Amino acid sequence: MDNAIAATHHGDLHDEHEHVHLPQHRHHFETEEQQREAASFGMWLFLLTEIMFFGGLFMAYLLYRNWYNPAFVAASHTLSIKLGAINTGILITSGFFMAMAVWAAETRQREKLVAFLGLTNVAGIAFLVVKYFEYAEKWHDSHVPGLRFSIADFAHLGVDMAQKTQIYYSLYFAMTGMHALHMIIGIVLIFWYMVRANRGEFTEGYVAPIENFGLYWHFVDIVWIFLFPLLYLIDLGAK
Amino acid sequence: MSTIVSLPDQSTAALPKRNYINNEHGLLSWLLTGDHKRIGMLYLLSITAFFFLGGAFAGLVRLELLTPAGDLLAADTYNKMFTMHGIVMIFLFLVPSVPATLGNFFIPIMIGAKDLAFPRINLLSWYLYMAGGVFTLSALVLGGVDTGWTFTTPLSTHYLNTHVVTTGLAIFIAGFSSIFTGLNFIVTIHRMRAPGMTWFRMPLFVWSNYAASILMVLGTPVLAIAVVLVALERTVGIGVFDPARGGDPLLFQHLFWFYSHPAVYIMILPGMGVISEVIATFSRKRPFGYTAVAFSSVAIAVFGFFVWEHHMFIMGVSNYSALVFSLLTMLVAVPSAIKIFNWSATLYKGSITFETPMLYAFGFIGLFTIGGLTGVFLGSLGMDIHLTETYFIVAHFHFVMVGGMLMAFLAGVHFWWPKMTGRMYPESISKLAAVTTFIGFILTFFPQFILGYLGMPRRYHAYPADYQVLNVLSTAGATVLGVGYLLPIIYLAWSLKYGEIAGSNPWQATGLEWQLQSPPLTENFTEIPYVDHEAYDFEWLAHKQKQEVTTVG
Ligand code: HEM
Ligand SMILES: [Cu+2]
Repeated sequence: MDNAIAATHHGDLHDEHEHVHLPQHRHHFETEEQQREAASFGMWLFLLTEIMFFGGLFMAYLLYRNWYNPAFVAASHTLSIKLGAINTGILITSGFFMAMAVWAAETRQREKLVAFLGLTNVAGIAFLVVKYFEYAEKWHDSHVPGLRFSIADFAHLGVDMAQKTQIYYSLYFAMTGMHALHMIIGIVLIFWYMVRANRGEFTEGYVAPIENFGLYWHFVDIVWIFLFPLLYLIDLGAK
Repeated sequence: MSTIVSLPDQSTAALPKRNYINNEHGLLSWLLTGDHKRIGMLYLLSITAFFFLGGAFAGLVRLELLTPAGDLLAADTYNKMFTMHGIVMIFLFLVPSVPATLGNFFIPIMIGAKDLAFPRINLLSWYLYMAGGVFTLSALVLGGVDTGWTFTTPLSTHYLNTHVVTTGLAIFIAGFSSIFTGLNFIVTIHRMRAPGMTWFRMPLFVWSNYAASILMVLGTPVLAIAVVLVALERTVGIGVFDPARGGDPLLFQHLFWFYSHPAVYIMILPGMGVISEVIATFSRKRPFGYTAVAFSSVAIAVFGFFVWEHHMFIMGVSNYSALVFSLLTMLVAVPSAIKIFNWSATLYKGSITFETPMLYAFGFIGLFTIGGLTGVFLGSLGMDIHLTETYFIVAHFHFVMVGGMLMAFLAGVHFWWPKMTGRMYPESISKLAAVTTFIGFILTFFPQFILGYLGMPRRYHAYPADYQVLNVLSTAGATVLGVGYLLPIIYLAWSLKYGEIAGSNPWQATGLEWQLQSPPLTENFTEIPYVDHEAYDFEWLAHKQKQEVTTVG
């Protein structure tokens, strides 16, 4: 497709053109600036769809929390605030590494870019490892609705309310699971970006993919920044 | 001055030597294309195929209803048939119909761009759409689904042992296809307009697709999460919707209709855009109240998000919220009415001609108006309680979606066929098809209003003998309607080879797309145009044509 355009439009003029095109410049864009703006705008819109996606879950959470408050309080006390806090720390660090990666791309430092992407990935993987231990603990305590669940820990609430803790855990797994899925997608993408960054693709002025991926990564961080207080902390004082 | 490329009149009567169709050859060049026009054609082909598949299911449903006894299909099979009909028609036909085909093809051209902002994502959208289609079919082959297209919980999560998860997955995937299409349109319209193409010089077709895109981007993810939760509930047994665990089936309804009411506008808005183009062109007038029509699209999109609960009036929502939603529902009628008024005003004293697209457009206005007015009945609380879940509902949404949207789709396909293929369709048989469709439609669905009013419930495969006459009428109508839909397939395919050469502007229309050769070049514009006039400037067109005559002569 690009060939066809080159033949009629830029092709014959390429040599006299005032500025040199990046190889990544796609010819249906008039300027590189336009291409970069479009990509970034597209990414923001995509994040908007992500907000709507998680929004459904947050709505469900708030609704049920309102109805079944005692169950939610009791169930949230079984989460490990320590592990949650560690993970919050890890994610914030990874966000920092990601920001540094974007900076490295913008200042055209190939090796630093690869290194910071790598560090981001290490943090991302560490997050998932901690998550694994949390999930294992839930499994061990029989707090996994549908697969392995017992209300023994919540008998003091009365059978009815104790049953409702299942909803809390359903939402806990749905929300943190969706979040973890986003992390996994991010981690896979980072590996791919590392390969390309190593070839020097993003340090010659074509930084849009790294910038936009940075937005995605920060978004996933931010979702966690909402999840942590909502799931772990909100009932800290309540008993 | 405008630098729009216009080729001299096609008196040589041959297709342009080089165009987007013959630019590259072979199946792979289509399957890997980034050209929005080719992707639009891929969609046109596949969407048409799914339409006829959905139509086949409808045919079976109508045949079953020919007699009062449930003798043709078992109750269970019947349920699967109307479910598949609904799912295929809504998610694989109506939602992508105009945007993915005509929108894909024409939005970039109409705003003077060489392609959509993200050609590869555009191609990915098509593959996602096809994957969604394949999953739907596999659910069918595995044994079908019988929840109805609304997947109502706890029916779908606990009581029905059919392929809900597969179908849910299909909808999830197809949903991403429409999210990406919407995203691509929004970015393109914001960032790729040619110099001089201001927002209020854009054709109304672009406006209406823009509004529909907003709905796709904001609504579809909510549907996606709802089907994910249903799937999780069925497979691993989390209990978000399960009443036995304190979950609330109504929550599913909220999530589902938060998408699916706006989705009816995703379906209808692009159709309204087509109608605006067709009416302006064939009455040779600037659309009356251009700005009002443009803004009404956006208003419909915004209001569309605040009325979902009218699908839940009888499901145990509070009286208070039902009242509020009833009022809000009435409000949505206002921007739709603005459109109808403005189309009528455009027609008034226009120099109207009755080409085929115009016939379909008239069909649209008539049927959509009836559908919309009956929507107001349903929006009124008391009436709804009597009419809901009867054939009245079925008639209502078929008037809007089939009478409205499908008419608009056909209007659009005929209107732009010469541009897409370079050839005209045969005139008299296409008019015959338009009239057949209209008559068949009325015969099929009007009796259903009466049936519903008399109390025949929807989704049953048998009914009391009293209802038979009206049902026979309806089935007979469906047969006529089927012929009306088959005809275009035949003569349009015929025209690909034998149709008259169309030339660049057979309708003397004003849009940028008509200033290009037919079919256009792969890159649309050899040079990006400078736009110095509004989309419906017929005087500009006349002036331009006069100039050409003088320079040529
Ligand atoms: C603009 C295009 C429209 C489309 C495509 C459309 C489509 C639909 C569909 C598919 C249903 C069926 C839901 C089901 O299966 O339960 C429905 C129901 C309904 N529609 Fe529409 N509709 C449109 C416009 C309107 C308008 C303008 C109004 C009101 C002013 C309206 C009011 C309603 C109401 C209240 C129901 C719910 C009836 C019930 O289930 O109790 N609709 N519509
Ligand atoms: Cu609705």
